[in-house]
Amino acid sequence: MVKELLKINDLKVSFFTPAGEVKAVNGISYTLEPGKVLGIVGESGSGKSVSSYSIMGLIDKPGKIVWGSITFNGKDVSAMNRSERLNFSGNEVAMIFQDPMTCLNPVFTVGNQLAESLRHKYGKISKEEVRKRSIELLTLVGINVPEKRLSQYPHEFSGGMRQRAMIAMALAGAPKLLIADEPTTALDVTIQAQILELLKDIQKKTGMAIVLITHDLGIVADMADDVIVMYGGRIVEQGSVYSIFHNSRHPYTKGLIRSLPDLKKRGEKLIPIKGNPIDLLNLPKGCAFAPRCESCLKVCINHMPAEYATEDGHRTACWLYDERANNSGEVKNNG
Amino acid sequence: MLKYVLKRLLVSLLTLWVMFTLTFFLMHLTPGSPFLGDNKITPEIFANLEAKYGLDKPILVQYEKYAQNILKGDFGESIKLSGQNVGEIISRKFPYSLKLGLFASAIAIVIGTILGTISALKKNTSADRVIMLVVTIGIAVPSFVVATVSMVLFGVKLHMFPTVSNLDTLSSYILPGFALSFFPLSFITRLMRSSMLDVINQDYIRTARAKGLSERVVIFKHGLRNGILPVVTYAGPMVAGVLTGSFVIESIFSIPGLGSSFVTSITAKDYPTVMGVTIFLGTLLIFMNFLVDILYRFVDPRINITK
Repeated sequence: MVKELLKINDLKVSFFTPAGEVKAVNGISYTLEPGKVLGIVGESGSGKSVSSYSIMGLIDKPGKIVWGSITFNGKDVSAMNRSERLNFSGNEVAMIFQDPMTCLNPVFTVGNQLAESLRHKYGKISKEEVRKRSIELLTLVGINVPEKRLSQYPHEFSGGMRQRAMIAMALAGAPKLLIADEPTTALDVTIQAQILELLKDIQKKTGMAIVLITHDLGIVADMADDVIVMYGGRIVEQGSVYSIFHNSRHPYTKGLIRSLPDLKKRGEKLIPIKGNPIDLLNLPKGCAFAPRCESCLKVCINHMPAEYATEDGHRTACWLYDERANNSGEVKNNG
Repeated sequence: MLKYVLKRLLVSLLTLWVMFTLTFFLMHLTPGSPFLGDNKITPEIFANLEAKYGLDKPILVQYEKYAQNILKGDFGESIKLSGQNVGEIISRKFPYSLKLGLFASAIAIVIGTILGTISALKKNTSADRVIMLVVTIGIAVPSFVVATVSMVLFGVKLHMFPTVSNLDTLSSYILPGFALSFFPLSFITRLMRSSMLDVINQDYIRTARAKGLSERVVIFKHGLRNGILPVVTYAGPMVAGVLTGSFVIESIFSIPGLGSSFVTSITAKDYPTVMGVTIFLGTLLIFMNFLVDILYRFVDPRINITK
């Protein structure tokens, strides 16, 4: 049996604001095997980014991990001391972010920032060694004339190039896991495709696992092995990429897939999911999606659904799959 | 770069000339004469004195003559301290102001930056509140109050530091240095605090943390370099101002610096001294601003001054 690389168990993250406790992540659990690509989808505020920031220890005040555990390679991340923690970030898990325009420090050269990551990994290595490895990394991520690029500043790079540089920095520590937080959202479509190709390519070469956070189902379908769908800080459905797209069970996932534009049907209106994302300050007692759900049952409003699994590991948190569901009266939300 | 420096130099000379001209005419426009003091003098003596310093000639002729002398590097003779060349007066008095000014500037920049950073990192803690309270006092209270209070407290009551500073021992720097630097220090602290608060929420700080860099490197390398830019902007003119001396501080601590002679020369209508000191201060200010612009380029590579 393959040992899991990352195991998240009942993780809860809250932000303690003056207005009250914002429950951004509400008890999520998942595992990731080495070398796999896990796609996490959800709309803004679904907790997908916050859950991955907590792996990296990037939750700032007033945010706090209030419950649950994160285990990486059999080691409890929260029990790490300071130096273990620093070694973990960058060398075990690396992260790339949404907006490459603002994620690189504008006052240091790309070479300088790359060297920082390399020194973090390899300790005190010579200047020539740093330079050699930096050029290798930039070549790997498809940056032309790397020798010249090293001495340039981020503002001399285009958006796509900056994301490539970010990826190079992430790869410098030879991490076992790369967390990509909407890596292509800020880029235009052609560059998006290139960056995704690059990530796929690198994933094949290095065999690292990727947690890919996105709201773009197309990207997930293209890259992920497994998919997690999040809503209101909870996982509503998880399974293999095939079963999520072909046998989606949760009404929210179905809604997401239905809302995708279809190239073959020209001139048809898009089908949105009605209603607004929920207020994380006032989470309902029951299923968070219930107010917007077209198949909402009475039980959904006041009781949290359990997870219902099929044999292939596809799990859905929805009362519709309870065996008692057919007997209870349906409360349909009509818009 | 060389082209930029040359261009900048030309602009500076033009600025200096405008300043020189304005000061010259404004000074002569104000009524009165350097010789109409307390002592009654006869009209004959008055006319002789005017003639000696060339003040009886038409203003444009005076302007031309003075400008020619300046171009030769001759600031002329002081009217009040007769027999003394203004250039000599400046070179004799400026070192006192310079020494004290450098000391005060260094304190203001170094401590201000540190306090501002601490304040930003410890936002809304008691450390932050204490620092903010102190620097608010520093901005609100005028320097003559700071100077006299510190003099009475640490000099007269506690005998910790000398009250008359001839600037030959380190301890004699402390009180005037503190009084002179308290305002810029407070100002820099506030600048640095708000700038660092902005910087530590930037995405690249998160990236630096995600890279596994220690908090020390994150703050002092990635944060400080970005946060210090407003301080650099402010520090240029501030240093120029502090270097040329403060009339108030120099009077209170009996320091024979340039600041006091600037003010006394104006009240005495000592035209050559006023002009000389103004040109000196102007040149220093222009030079400091130039230095700041060059420094920008090194602190933030996105700023391209040559374009």
